[in-house]
Amino acid sequence: MVAIPSKHKSLTLLAGVLLAQLLLLAVQIKRDSRGRLIRVWAISAAYPFERSGAWGFEKIRGVWTHYFALQDTEKENEALRVENDALKLTISQLQGRAAEADRLAALLSFKQSHEKVPIVGGRVIAASAGTASRTVEIDRGERDGVRRNMAVITPDGAVGKVIEVYRDTSQVLLLTDKEGGAGAMLVDTRTQGPVGGTGEPTMLMKYVATEENVPVGEKIVTSGMDKIFPRDIPIGTVVEVKAGNPFKQIRVQPAAKLDRLETVIVLLTQAPVEFKNEAQVSQGPGPAAAAEKP
Amino acid sequence: MNETYELRSGETHIEVHKFYPGAVFLAAVVALVFQATGPVYFPKLSILDLPMLVTIYFGLSRRNPSTGLLLGMVIGLAQDALSGPTVPLGFYGIAKTVIGYLASSIGARLDTEHPAARFALIFSFFVVHQGIMALIRRLLQSEPEVWLNLHLVIAAAVNAFLGTLLFLALDRLRRSS
Repeated sequence: MVAIPSKHKSLTLLAGVLLAQLLLLAVQIKRDSRGRLIRVWAISAAYPFERSGAWGFEKIRGVWTHYFALQDTEKENEALRVENDALKLTISQLQGRAAEADRLAALLSFKQSHEKVPIVGGRVIAASAGTASRTVEIDRGERDGVRRNMAVITPDGAVGKVIEVYRDTSQVLLLTDKEGGAGAMLVDTRTQGPVGGTGEPTMLMKYVATEENVPVGEKIVTSGMDKIFPRDIPIGTVVEVKAGNPFKQIRVQPAAKLDRLETVIVLLTQAPVEFKNEAQVSQGPGPAAAAEKP
Repeated sequence: MNETYELRSGETHIEVHKFYPGAVFLAAVVALVFQATGPVYFPKLSILDLPMLVTIYFGLSRRNPSTGLLLGMVIGLAQDALSGPTVPLGFYGIAKTVIGYLASSIGARLDTEHPAARFALIFSFFVVHQGIMALIRRLLQSEPEVWLNLHLVIAAAVNAFLGTLLFLALDRLRRSS
């Protein structure tokens, strides 16, 4: 008897033989840019499993790293926090140095633009301990030629006057102090009147008649009448005008940044000097100083 | 065991033929050699597919799907090997495997001894054979291949006619019952 294979067996054999030959074909046939067909098939067939596997491994790794492998995270966080603080400090120092460089550049520019004016630059080393007075202490004193009642300015405008002089330091009374002030005048109308401090960040211009037209935004400069400040040093800008009898109440925003002084210029003479206006002076300073301009 | 025996398929009694030793091998080799060398001297002979005819004949006669498909596979792969580097191994192999299987399966169910039946079967198998090759060309090799045209119909008819005659000659290789 000859054993006749069942239909199922022969179909299985047919499928196997065809599959083997298909694979044989796939090994030989090349697709233009994708290599041999067997590789294309293999990659296509494996792709869903690879993707699933990658997804699974990613999840497993995520669970592991986020929930189980955290024993070193606290130390690492602490180290990073320390490093972050150090970096912040470094950045702060660098920013300070950059700002200081800008300020020094502004001073240098001011000095170069006023070569004939005897001046000395100083650094603010202390401020008044209380709120009752607005004074600062600078690192220039008698040895540097500083004397009482000398004008103290910045490239932005008037700051105040020297009220006490020591060997190496001096005290400066700011314009915003209740005792501070300077002879002033409106730039456009040349109307004169003293500007005095109120103990607040802004100042008041006094004795301007009610009839005078004083628009908000008008610039105010020194008049030179106080024998301390030379003429035409910027004092500030009119920010508020109220009618009064017999004088207006004019509130002035200081031109110099009196609440954050770091470097100042002491004019070593009280003789009249030609002071360039604010716009001309501001062309000289570095970018940081220029950026701080309103 | 070398005698002809009967395969019962329902109520139909179909003979399963045995051949002289080496007859299948010899027929296959001759067909392959003829297919490889004949068209070199007589180009019009390329219209014939003798390996396919041999596959069909022994498939129909042996009526065993497993041996039929294996014979088809061997003949097809040999034809691939002899067809040069442009034909990948498995191209004819797959086609003739299927033909061998179909021929054996049909041979186990129908009486295929009548010349008219043989003509029809060869014609049909030729078309199926061509269809499989076109499918492979299109799907695997991304090459345009016609499914069927007038030339192929004529080729199918020629193969069917000559195949019918060839089958009569091959019948002489059978052992008598």
